Amino acid sequence: MNFEEHAAKPLLRAEGIPTPKGIVAGSAEEAREAAHKLGPCVVKAQVTAGKRGKAGGIRLAADSNEAYEHAQAIMGMRIGGLLVERLLVEQQVAIEREFYAAVLNDAASKCPRVLFSAVGGMDIEELASQQPEALHSRSVDIRSGLQLDDARNLVAVPGLESLRDPLADILLRLYRVYAGNDAELLEINPLCLAADGRILALDCKFTLDDSAVKRREALAALGTAEPLSEHEAQGQELGLKFIQLEGDIAVLANGAGLTMTTMDVIRHLGGEPANFLEIGGDAYTRATAALKLVLDNPRVKSLVVNFCGAFARTDVMTEGVIKAVQELQPGIPMYFSIHGTGARLAREMLKAQLGLASFATMDAAIRAANAVPGRSAS
Amino acid sequence: MIIRGHERILIQGITGRQGSFWAQRMIDYGSRVMGGVNPKKAGQSCCGVPVYANAKEAMDSGGFTASVLFIPPLGCKNAALDAIEAGCKKLVILTEHIPVQDVMYVLAAANEAGARILGPNTAGQVTPGECFAGFMPAFDNEIFRPGRIGVISRSGSLGTLICLNLVQAGYGESAFIGIGGDPVIGTTSLDALQSLDADTGTDAVVLVGEIGGTMEEAAAEYAAGMHKPVVAFIAGQASPPGKKMGHAGAIIMGDKGTYASKRSALEAAGVRVLDTPSEVGDAIAGCLPG
Repeated sequence: MNFEEHAAKPLLRAEGIPTPKGIVAGSAEEAREAAHKLGPCVVKAQVTAGKRGKAGGIRLAADSNEAYEHAQAIMGMRIGGLLVERLLVEQQVAIEREFYAAVLNDAASKCPRVLFSAVGGMDIEELASQQPEALHSRSVDIRSGLQLDDARNLVAVPGLESLRDPLADILLRLYRVYAGNDAELLEINPLCLAADGRILALDCKFTLDDSAVKRREALAALGTAEPLSEHEAQGQELGLKFIQLEGDIAVLANGAGLTMTTMDVIRHLGGEPANFLEIGGDAYTRATAALKLVLDNPRVKSLVVNFCGAFARTDVMTEGVIKAVQELQPGIPMYFSIHGTGARLAREMLKAQLGLASFATMDAAIRAANAVPGRSAS
Repeated sequence: MIIRGHERILIQGITGRQGSFWAQRMIDYGSRVMGGVNPKKAGQSCCGVPVYANAKEAMDSGGFTASVLFIPPLGCKNAALDAIEAGCKKLVILTEHIPVQDVMYVLAAANEAGARILGPNTAGQVTPGECFAGFMPAFDNEIFRPGRIGVISRSGSLGTLICLNLVQAGYGESAFIGIGGDPVIGTTSLDALQSLDADTGTDAVVLVGEIGGTMEEAAAEYAAGMHKPVVAFIAGQASPPGKKMGHAGAIIMGDKGTYASKRSALEAAGVRVLDTPSEVGDAIAGCLPG
């Protein structure tokens, strides 16, 4: 779960990392009032997308009238597909120098990784490809956390000797924010040395580990939910992972790997999948809800049901699909491939109640689904 | 990281609905389940084996060499640390949605103690004809038969399909190693590949991967130097970028974790990459000496 800048920065301040004084504004009028209090300011679009500056979503304003004009221009923009509905109006800072600092979950080392660069302001992918030698990083034993010596080594850059202690101190605090909030990613870019000697976080990116939401409910309430289509939101409420795609062959499968594979093979054999929808678990009611979701799509010409039961029982899932078919009477042809836990019973039920046979292989079921008349591809 | 038939297995969370259901199936199949853990039901029995208060007590009472965790996400860190501190060297963590920082903590402790972790978010492991640990349909002989092909999979359902196709083609499995669908896991594709490479009962390996992360690329580097043939299937070619495809680890971010990157790394290493799982039998036949 991602957090907008205004929601992430309080986490930094709570651990003593300073940020410029700022006020959240929900309208251009509020931005004007905020600028009136703050003086020369920066008007910043609040969306969880990168490259806000390049998109024109971050603008300097000398006074409250200019802040109002900028706010009018930025509100309602779309940045990375996300609608700007809020602004953060922040006091301008005279920047002496910019840095980059982050802590993230590193899958390769299976440890937290702390990153620091004396080159700030550009995004981390650019930095890593253009000036990899300027990016210092080290993995940390999560049981003991980041140590002072390690933090000092990370910020040891020629010319920065006088800032070594305060920068190391920022890294230690940043690590505490990461560890104390189940961060997946916590990034300050840029971290800046101001002309008055203060070190400040000018921006903050925070991603909460989705698996930690249950123990961070108060924090998660401040995050930004992933933008979902109506069907994706319905799926989420039912505990089903549903993703709408562009094609016309509907997919109902169990397990993430098998569902992706069903989509892959549909495409490999000349068709195009209409959705990702993974069901699993052991409640047939989920299968009913799932089938409703995939069928509520006018593009869909045929349906592939692909079950390969391990943990999930194919008889229970098939029972749910049969009930849903009887209830919904879908007007499209359906092609089943059922194997694994409970498959024999599932195939018998399918034959007895819907008069349908399960195909011997997934590929055969998909070929049949792809060949339905009315489809342009074959 | 291959669990053999002689190993004594502890089941943490044995009294839960899934724990007891799969414990009974493991016992029926021949897995040597020595006991289970539930601090609230210590002293009772479940599935015909004793329930202990914790892993240390189980170690002192009967002793075990591997533990399987049927534990809710937020309890896994403590349960796994309990097993590691008791001296367990092989842990199978089935649970999905464990906070990643908890996983990293457990992996650091396991690493220090010399313990291996399979998972989290795995369906477990099957050694056909010997035992299984987790929730795989080991007992279904359309899917699992003793044989000489090793299978590594991030996904339980897709791994099951691959095994089904192997059996349909007349092969059997030396071991099925489910490594799990999370971004941070204990046993990686590379680790599993190394253990199957070293296994004298394995003639060839099927590596089943997914988009997301760089594990398949790391495994490809090792596969390039192997004598045993490796074939691979990577799920997610038709998946859109930026979306978590059911598994937390299955996500393309920018140019990282793409299908193309994995396929080209594997092909450069001489690994045949399948377009559909149904090709697996022919692919294995083509690379094993008649």
